[in-house]
Amino acid sequence: MAGLEVPTWDPQTALLIGAILVEAFVLYVGYGGLEKLLGPRLMAFLVGGESSAE
Amino acid sequence: MMALFVGFGLVVGILFGFFGMGGSFLVTPALLMLGYDASVAVGSGMAFVFGTAVIATLKHHDLGQVDYKLGVIMIVGTTIGIEVGRASVYYLEELGLAGGVISVAYVVLLGGIGLMVTREALKGDGGSGIDHEAADKDLSEYEIPEVAKKIQRTVRIPPMVTLRGDIRVSAWVITAVAFSTGLLSGFLGVGGGFIRMPAMIYAIGVPVPVAVGTDLFEIVFSGGIGSYLYGQGGGVDLAIVAPLLFGSALGARIGSAATAIVDSDGIKIYFGGMLLAGAVAVGIGEVGSYLGNQLLETLGLVLVIGAAVVVAGAIVYTTVASLRATRSQRAPAAD
Repeated sequence: MAGLEVPTWDPQTALLIGAILVEAFVLYVGYGGLEKLLGPRLMAFLVGGESSAE
Repeated sequence: MMALFVGFGLVVGILFGFFGMGGSFLVTPALLMLGYDASVAVGSGMAFVFGTAVIATLKHHDLGQVDYKLGVIMIVGTTIGIEVGRASVYYLEELGLAGGVISVAYVVLLGGIGLMVTREALKGDGGSGIDHEAADKDLSEYEIPEVAKKIQRTVRIPPMVTLRGDIRVSAWVITAVAFSTGLLSGFLGVGGGFIRMPAMIYAIGVPVPVAVGTDLFEIVFSGGIGSYLYGQGGGVDLAIVAPLLFGSALGARIGSAATAIVDSDGIKIYFGGMLLAGAVAVGIGEVGSYLGNQLLETLGLVLVIGAAVVVAGAIVYTTVASLRATRSQRAPAAD
C-alpha cells in the first residue's frame, strides 16, 4: 500500500510500470483468446462434456 | 529459474483471483529467500501484485463482481488510514516497542480472522463444500452475515449508498471500515487484502465475490502507486516480474472463474485455512528470528509456500469436481 506519499514524475519509471500494465493487458487478452479456442476441448477433457467455466 | 517463476506465478495467480489477496506475503519472502536485495524483493513483488490485480480485476469486471462506487470510497478511507497506521509505527519505534507489538498483532490478527472465517463457514448451510447452483446465483441471493445486517439496520446516517447485490449501507460505515483496515494495513506494513476482504463481508455485508473483485480493484491503485515509488529507487526488476506475471495471468483467470463456481462457504473455508497457516508460519518465523535460528525462519517460509500450493490445488480440484457434479445433475434431467 502506498499511503499518501506523493510520487514525482519520472518518465523511465512510468515506462517501466506502463510496460507491466501493457503485459497484463496482452496476457489477459491472449489467455482470453486461448480460453475461447481451447476452453471447450479442455472442459470436455476435465468435466467430460460441454460446459463453461464462466 | 524462468520455469520456477512461471509456476510460482500460476499458484499466486490462482489464490489472488480466488481470494483477492495473497500476493505480497508470498512473493516478497520467496524473492528474499532466493537472494534478491530487500528493495528489489519488495518492489518487484509489489509490481507483480499490481499486474496480477489488473488481470484479476478485468476478469471480475467481466463477471460483474466489481463495485466501483465501493472501491473509490474504500481507496480514500484506506489511504488516510494507512498514513495514521504508519505514524503509529514511528511512535512505537520511538518507544522501542515497534518490532514486538507488530509481530504479535500480525499473528493474532491472521489467526483471529482465520478462526472466525473458518468457524462461520463451517456453521453455514453449505459448510460441506460445494453448492452446485453457485454458478447461477444472483448477487442479491448471497446471504448477508448477521453482524452486517445489524450494522445496516442500526447505522443509517446519510448519505446512504446502494452497492451491488442491492445492499444499502451508510457511506460512513464504509469509510469507517476503510479507515480501520487502512490503519491496520499501515501499522503492519502489508497490502491488507486479508483484513479488507473479511471486513467488507462481515461489516459492510458485501457478497463474497464482490468483496474479492472490489478488493482487487483497490489493489490496482495501491499496487500501481507503490510499484512506481519503488521503481523510482530501482526496486522493480522486469526480469522477475515478466515471467511471474506470465504464470499469474493464467492463474488469476482460473481463480476468478472459480469464485463463480465454488460456493461462498467453500471460499471462506479456504480463506480461513490459508490465514491460519499464515499465522502459524509467521509465528514460527518470528520465533526463529528471535532465537537467531535460520532453520525456523526457513521453515516458516516453506510452510507458507506449501500452504499456498496446497490451497491453489484444492481450489482447482473443487472447481472441477463442482463442474462434474453439476453436469451429472443436469444429464439425467436432460434425459
